[in-house]
Amino acid sequence: MTAVFTGVCVAAGLLFLAAGTAGLLRFPDAATRLHALTKADGLGLGLIVLGLLPQMPGVAAALKLLAIWGLVLLAGATIGPLLARHATEREP
Amino acid sequence: MILDALLALAILALAAWTVWTRDAFAAGIGFVATGLLLALAWVRLGSVDVALTEAAIGAGIGGVLLVNAATHLGTTAEEAPPSPRQNRLIALLCAGFAVAVGTALLTLPDPAPNLVHEAAAALPATGLGNPVTAVLMVWRGLDTLLEAIVVLLAVLGLWALAPEGATRPAPPPREEGPLPLLARVLPPIGVVIALHIVWAGADGPGGKFQGGAILAAMWVLAWMAGLVRAPEVMDRRLAWALVAGPLVFLGVGVAGLVLAGEFLALPAGWAKPVILLIEAPLTLSIAAGLALLLLGPPERAP
Repeated sequence: MTAVFTGVCVAAGLLFLAAGTAGLLRFPDAATRLHALTKADGLGLGLIVLGLLPQMPGVAAALKLLAIWGLVLLAGATIGPLLARHATEREP
Repeated sequence: MILDALLALAILALAAWTVWTRDAFAAGIGFVATGLLLALAWVRLGSVDVALTEAAIGAGIGGVLLVNAATHLGTTAEEAPPSPRQNRLIALLCAGFAVAVGTALLTLPDPAPNLVHEAAAALPATGLGNPVTAVLMVWRGLDTLLEAIVVLLAVLGLWALAPEGATRPAPPPREEGPLPLLARVLPPIGVVIALHIVWAGADGPGGKFQGGAILAAMWVLAWMAGLVRAPEVMDRRLAWALVAGPLVFLGVGVAGLVLAGEFLALPAGWAKPVILLIEAPLTLSIAAGLALLLLGPPERAP
């Protein structure tokens, strides 16, 4: 049962990561590309972490996974606007 | 196996792109990405210590230094490109270097000479669990001492670029929005992780260089967000923070000469506490040195 849950969640997460990468490659300008990348990656990684949680040997390991997801979300949410502003200053 | 092959291909492709691209800023970013993939490759090879160092020092500090330098230089397009003859010479020298390194690697005797068994056999005597730390602190302490001093020399070299009357590095451009928030939220987490990595280095992957790099990054983050001011270069406390590590290390080395009969020799049974005594100030000195390198040369007060 947990194996099915893990499989579904990780597959869905990979789908979001692939969609985010497609957006990064195909969208027309920096703002939309960053939007696709940070949002889809945050969600994709979150789904992968969620799927892996039942496979962890203990609560400490599960909390570490969640901490990684939180840190990546924090980094994405900070870097996205910074890069967007840099890009708009470069090409007004 | 397929994943490893893809990883190796990605590293080569990214490295080639980094060399080929004309934009110095983009090349700096490419260097960081290559370094992170290299760190993954080291993890796959089972060398987590090297992976941590590559990620923290190589990709992290080194990458920021390169990007910093690129923004100061402007893009390479403004400069006259090297002449065809210079290009040929550069290509020839680089290719010659690659051939020399490749030949050296391929002509190693099989099995390659190594001291793994001797190191594993002698590990219990050190009281450490991580053979990499044992090599760095017990058997090749002199190399580690010189590495710590190299960081200090690099800071002195950077400061030598300062104009007359310079007091401290120029403050960063004023930042609002997400960066100050990150600079308030991240450092408490980062400091705990950095100290954990230094402490864990005795028995597992980690160590003072990696931990010191994370500490330096946390401080530089707060500085970039305008939360802390850069120290004045003549500040006594800064000078002590910079030399504390090498000084204690040298002191222990001289004490080893007296007590154990050899420079940097650790008295039997005391290896672990003495190593902790060295590593604590050394972490501080490495963090201070790396942070100052990231801040750039001091400038005159406006």
